[in-house]
Amino acid sequence: MSDDIWQPKLDLYLDSQLSAEEMHGMDAHLRECSSCASDALHRLQIKRATRLAGQRYAPSDEFRRRIERQVAAKSRPQRRWLWVPVLATAVVLLAAIVTVGRWYERSRADQLLAELADIHVADLASATPVDVVSSDRHTVKPWFQGKLPFTFDLPELQGTGYRLVGGRVAYLQHEPGAQLLYDVGAHHISVFIFRDRPEIERSFPAGESTGRVLSFHVESWATGGLRYFAFSDASPESIEGLCRLLKQAGA
Amino acid sequence: MPLFDSLYNFAHWLSQDRDEAEDLVQETYAKALKGFGSFQPGTNFRAWIFRILRNTFLTSRTGLAATRTVPLESDGDEQQEVAVSRETPESILLVQAGRQQVQAALEQVPVIFREVLLLCDVEEMSYQEIADTLALPIGTVMSRLHRARRSLRTALEGKAREAKHV
Repeated sequence: MSDDIWQPKLDLYLDSQLSAEEMHGMDAHLRECSSCASDALHRLQIKRATRLAGQRYAPSDEFRRRIERQVAAKSRPQRRWLWVPVLATAVVLLAAIVTVGRWYERSRADQLLAELADIHVADLASATPVDVVSSDRHTVKPWFQGKLPFTFDLPELQGTGYRLVGGRVAYLQHEPGAQLLYDVGAHHISVFIFRDRPEIERSFPAGESTGRVLSFHVESWATGGLRYFAFSDASPESIEGLCRLLKQAGA
Repeated sequence: MPLFDSLYNFAHWLSQDRDEAEDLVQETYAKALKGFGSFQPGTNFRAWIFRILRNTFLTSRTGLAATRTVPLESDGDEQQEVAVSRETPESILLVQAGRQQVQAALEQVPVIFREVLLLCDVEEMSYQEIADTLALPIGTVMSRLHRARRSLRTALEGKAREAKHV
């Protein structure tokens, strides 16, 4: 019966178009209803595939320069007595562009985190969440050799309460990186490591950041030219503890 | 020009032609600069400039042809239909479809539905923003989105079936 209420709202939920109260109601329903949870995951995967496939066409540099010249020329005053309104228009346009630029970077950061959250959720639902299964960091780290254009260090976890489950290669905007899966208690933590490219750096200007995506707690930091993301539904303290160990290992 | 890449991508998806996409974007910026007085500060700049581009497309030869060939009579009727998409072997295959297959399937979606899918899933606009951009009621946006997803799913399932038989 509750399926009849919630199932037609799945697209609205995945498009973030429900009220906060309904979003919580749907969260609770999906935890209990495996049929709707599977349907939601399936739709989410198609939505994600559409987003990636839709980012298809890029303008040429020559065309970009042509439009920049066009905008600059149009912004220039044509008649002396018109300079005040034209200048005002240019200022407002500039302000709009700056605002949109900031929104764009924030939106880009949200998009990156949402993409990683999707991978985290999809992997946990998978029968084979990792490709190299080992709790030994000396087995997991060498497995990535030749698969990634960088290397990284993993911490010793003896006596810390954390357990390395394994790893796999993940892709963020078509760039390969490492995804490591850890256990703490009954919770899973996904740690993603990618090269810290300029577009990622611009999206996370503060260096370190924490936040929430789809109810997951997220930690992100950069060190040694690498960008780390940790995702989990574990407590923020548990995630911070693992992040501390990873930072010490990567320092 | 932060929206430049997004506008170009959207224009190219609408027109399916590089030269036409460049003309659309160029005309959009020209109209935006000329008519900036009509933009009301505090309203959505992104929806405003995307609306200019979309209206420019609709008056182009490709746009006129595209909108003439799509039946719109059932706009608004789709909310009655429940969008069921339980997992089937084909639906699992389509999730595993590569990027190129999804792009090929998107090309098959009629432009009037493709635009709403792109604004929602690629530009991540809210339904209200899409309604503002396309000058449509929100109910129609939801209806078209539903039909767009159904159309994409059908195209992807067809491709999955083809792949299975090869």
